[in-house]
Amino acid sequence: MAVFLELLVNGISVGAVYALIALGFVVIFKATEVVNFTHASLLLAGGYVIARLHPLVGFWAALAAGIAAAALVGALVEFLILRRAHVGSRGVLAIVTIGVDILLTTELTRQIGTEVLALGDPWGDRVLRLGPVTVAETRVVALAVAAALIAAFLLAFKFTGWGVAMRATAEDAETAALMGVRLGRVSLGAWAVAGALAAVAALFLCVFPTPGLDRGTTAAAMKAFPAAILGGLDSTTGALAGGLIVGVTETLISGYQSELAFLGRGIGDAAPFLVMIVILLLRPSGLFGTKEPVRV
Amino acid sequence: MSGDAGRPGAGGPEIESPETAVPEAAKPATPETEGLEIRGLEVRYGPVRALRGVDLTVPRGAVAAVLGANGAGKTTLLRAVSGTLRFHRGAITAGTITFGGARVDGAPAAEVVRRGVVQVPEGRRVFARMTVAENLRAGALAVPGRRAAAARERVLELFPVLAERAHQRAGLLSGGEQQMLAIGRALMAGPSLLLLDEPTLGLAPMMAARIADTVRRINAQGTSVLLVEQNAAMALALAERAYVLEVGELALSGPAAELAASDEVRRRYLGVGAPDTDRPVGTGLEERAERTRPARWTA
Repeated sequence: MAVFLELLVNGISVGAVYALIALGFVVIFKATEVVNFTHASLLLAGGYVIARLHPLVGFWAALAAGIAAAALVGALVEFLILRRAHVGSRGVLAIVTIGVDILLTTELTRQIGTEVLALGDPWGDRVLRLGPVTVAETRVVALAVAAALIAAFLLAFKFTGWGVAMRATAEDAETAALMGVRLGRVSLGAWAVAGALAAVAALFLCVFPTPGLDRGTTAAAMKAFPAAILGGLDSTTGALAGGLIVGVTETLISGYQSELAFLGRGIGDAAPFLVMIVILLLRPSGLFGTKEPVRV
Repeated sequence: MSGDAGRPGAGGPEIESPETAVPEAAKPATPETEGLEIRGLEVRYGPVRALRGVDLTVPRGAVAAVLGANGAGKTTLLRAVSGTLRFHRGAITAGTITFGGARVDGAPAAEVVRRGVVQVPEGRRVFARMTVAENLRAGALAVPGRRAAAARERVLELFPVLAERAHQRAGLLSGGEQQMLAIGRALMAGPSLLLLDEPTLGLAPMMAARIADTVRRINAQGTSVLLVEQNAAMALALAERAYVLEVGELALSGPAAELAASDEVRRRYLGVGAPDTDRPVGTGLEERAERTRPARWTA
């Protein structure tokens, strides 16, 4: 039972980080209806800046710089590429983001090389013991930060002018423009916010018990993609639920790997995608995705 | 022109050919015309010319109507004013649009809204996934909070049903309620000029009459209205001045009451009198070559 509880708590905290990344997908999708495959490279860019700067300026300043850098990269991708890609289909724009991701990731992994970069976080390898459950401090902080950020975005989407403008734009960009919404600003803001979220997620993906930032970090980041899809790409709540489902599934299946050996090696990595497929077969809009209201 | 409608004195106001009519562009600007002024407007969607040489004026505080069959260019005219042609790969290729003395042609839609011109699009296009209250809030995104609160009060006074449905999803409202929401949402920006694109389309006659009454009340509160409408009887009853578009060109223009009394308008747009057998109505751009030169009523 102790093992199960420990895996569950770790799964929830990893899931909270996936939820943060999924929230980045959701923010961009809400504002532009574009599925952003550049997210993993935004995350890598933020993490890379934190890793390189913390020995020079200290952790907190490096974290701020990493968040700002990832936001800037996101804004630049929108401003320099997507805004100028005059294609009618959002599917084509999604493919454009794949191309941008490959370019950015190639350059960043070339810079990282074979190194494993530490991010200089203040929590180190300390653990908390809650009865029979042992959990890394970094995981608890990740859970708290992710919960606070997701709650803030939930409220912002619902109650702020920024949130209303984003939702209106996602639903009908032309009509939103007729209401005075500046579409370029909405899109630019969404990409910058998604970049900033990716940098925060990069921090928690690369701290203890993970050894640090390396070329494989983007693969870890991509696990948030099924989280966003199965939660519903236009739902903040869905990002949270999807992240938690993916995190807990992955951690539990990896933790009970020996009992599940008959399913083959690496089932823990594949499990989030299997869960995504099953959920989409049952609920095509995802768990919390918006269905178009139809009056009968 | 067919029959008597093309001759001076036939069925209403005196008609002049476009060659002898005084072009509106040549008329001096007066305080009355410091509203919307469109001069020599030409719009293209790629190689297709959707509007040519359109002149139109909506004086401050007035209601003007634009009539015409499907494909005549009515919606294109509104898109040109509201800055949304780019969403349809269209562009203004000639002419000017000014509002309050400042050029708005080529301005982005959000900028046009900030200058006081707001469009209610055809088919309502409410934000179906958002609540009624959120739709109204979306309409006020371009104005400061204090003005938005006053506008909301005015809208809910105009459409009390929106207060009752405030927390209901807009996509679940009836067609009439959605039209009220679309107009209310546009009013949230506090427009000086409201562009209405087919506001009664698909509505029951009673609801259409209610919308017409609402347009009157909005205008009485000081908002100018440019009304695009296929329901010619309603449009001519509401408007002081009317324009008839045919395949992208201005065919007729003049005081709405005089147009309503003219034989040609009565026959072709109000369905009164003998059918016009010489010329098909509402046949779209492809039949442009078959058209005769348009005539113009001089006011």
